[in-house]
Amino acid sequence: MRTLIIAEHNGQHLNEQVARAVTAAQQWQQPVDVLIAAAQPDALAAQAAALQGISSVLVASDAALQHPTAEHLAEIIVPLAANYNVVLAAHSAFSKNVLPRVAALLDVNMLSDVLEIVNTNTYVRGIYAGNVLATVQSSDATQVLTVRGSKFAAAATGNAAGITTVAAPAAPVGSRWVAEAFNKSERPALTAAKVVVSGGRALGSADAFAQVIAPLADKLHAAIGASRAAVDAGYAPNDLQVGQTGVVVAPELYIAVGISGAIQHAYGMKDSKVVVAINQDPEAQIFKIADYGLVADLFEVVPQLTAAL
Amino acid sequence: MKVLVAIKRVVDYNIQVRVKADGSNVDIDGVKMGINPFDENAIEEAIRLKEKGIVSEIVAVTIGGAANQDILRHALAMGADRAMLVETQETLHSLSVAKVLKAVVEREQPNLVLLGKQAIDDDAGQTGQMLAALLKLPQATYASQLTIEGNQATVVREIDGGTETLAVSLPAVITADLRLNEPRYVKLPNLMMARKKPLENVPLDSLNVSLTHNVQQLKVATPPARPAGIMVKDVNELLSKLRTHEGIIG
Repeated sequence: MRTLIIAEHNGQHLNEQVARAVTAAQQWQQPVDVLIAAAQPDALAAQAAALQGISSVLVASDAALQHPTAEHLAEIIVPLAANYNVVLAAHSAFSKNVLPRVAALLDVNMLSDVLEIVNTNTYVRGIYAGNVLATVQSSDATQVLTVRGSKFAAAATGNAAGITTVAAPAAPVGSRWVAEAFNKSERPALTAAKVVVSGGRALGSADAFAQVIAPLADKLHAAIGASRAAVDAGYAPNDLQVGQTGVVVAPELYIAVGISGAIQHAYGMKDSKVVVAINQDPEAQIFKIADYGLVADLFEVVPQLTAAL
Repeated sequence: MKVLVAIKRVVDYNIQVRVKADGSNVDIDGVKMGINPFDENAIEEAIRLKEKGIVSEIVAVTIGGAANQDILRHALAMGADRAMLVETQETLHSLSVAKVLKAVVEREQPNLVLLGKQAIDDDAGQTGQMLAALLKLPQATYASQLTIEGNQATVVREIDGGTETLAVSLPAVITADLRLNEPRYVKLPNLMMARKKPLENVPLDSLNVSLTHNVQQLKVATPPARPAGIMVKDVNELLSKLRTHEGIIG
């Protein structure tokens, strides 16, 4: 049998997590194909074909795939799935919208946000905000899963896999894309950044958040993150939220500024290589998971740190 | 218009659960339980739609043992009109939950199904999408804004890096993100009044849903703790420590 990877992209570029999904897919030791569903798939297909470890690229092309809906993608993927016993994608807002729909249409279960592939049907995944690791086994004929990208190295490039066209049924009626709004930023994406600087409720306002966090992030070429408390208080937009209900990151360096370190935040950053915590409260939970803790007034020391870099 | 809101009873989000000594499962005996936070957003949104005159009836449903009546009473106290407990002692995974909810939807014929985007116990985040698939209905997940006009729902969804707006025809399945709304606080008199609202117990067997149990939890474990860190006294010491790690700062 074969493994099918559902590739996420923005119309021009493959998401960098696709290469990580390719590495995860090697665990089955069987041919791996990558599906590109796009309005203009040629450049994307070429990017996918270059990934080491894949056998072929499947291309489904339709004008409506400029802004694909989960319904449309499921219509494309489900007929293909007959040839595959594994369907997987890197875990993201894109894949967790689409793959459960695919799994249900195939009448199989799905494993979300898999951290480790133990064998061809057994996985380790986090439950209870990652405070517990569960080993789960699925006896379904088709294994449908999303994998945590940061747990798998990115596959190298240099391959020249074959490209095959597959059918793209028309988009189902009933669901229509209307608009999208991306937060414009010169910064690296949160999930891809080597350094993340995150702010919490202790910043006290959106202005303070911008004035304290942004200059440090600029100096470090870092992505900016936020705790759920900071997001709920309106200091930062929701897509910066790091944690159980936001994004999970694992950068080389994670700097938590004014973040208490609630369970649900720790879930999103505890796999970071080096964690720095700056907080005025010496009892803050964040110090328990930090490599370096500094008990201090953030408004004093963060500008100092920024100036010293 | 009728709305069905599916909710789940989970360990309170402030509680750090522990693994049983034998690693067979988590130990939740005597632990504080409550309604899944995202499901509370789903109920709140249904109530707001009713307050706007768009929705006429709100039915809250959950699946599980008798203990689950407490979250249904909570939903009724918030403003749901009636509640249904699909009774079973089995632990159901997302696909089975979606199959049970499909049977409930076929019985109740709602114009809209609202659920939370994810339960904070298993963190699967699948039920809404699976239910939409089984019902062959449109789906709109991670909703942070919902507008209903006539037979169409316009949903602003939270996606990586921003938002996306979808228009879906009703009936549809919509899952709530935290920012959809701020759930109202339940006052004691409302809890008292909720006791008079209808709460129906429906044995799972009576729904004639065929369920398979193809996912087994083999064991659970506590993740390895991060090694203890050190406290530094000032920015200079912090910088000198960070410079011992190759390449992370300039």
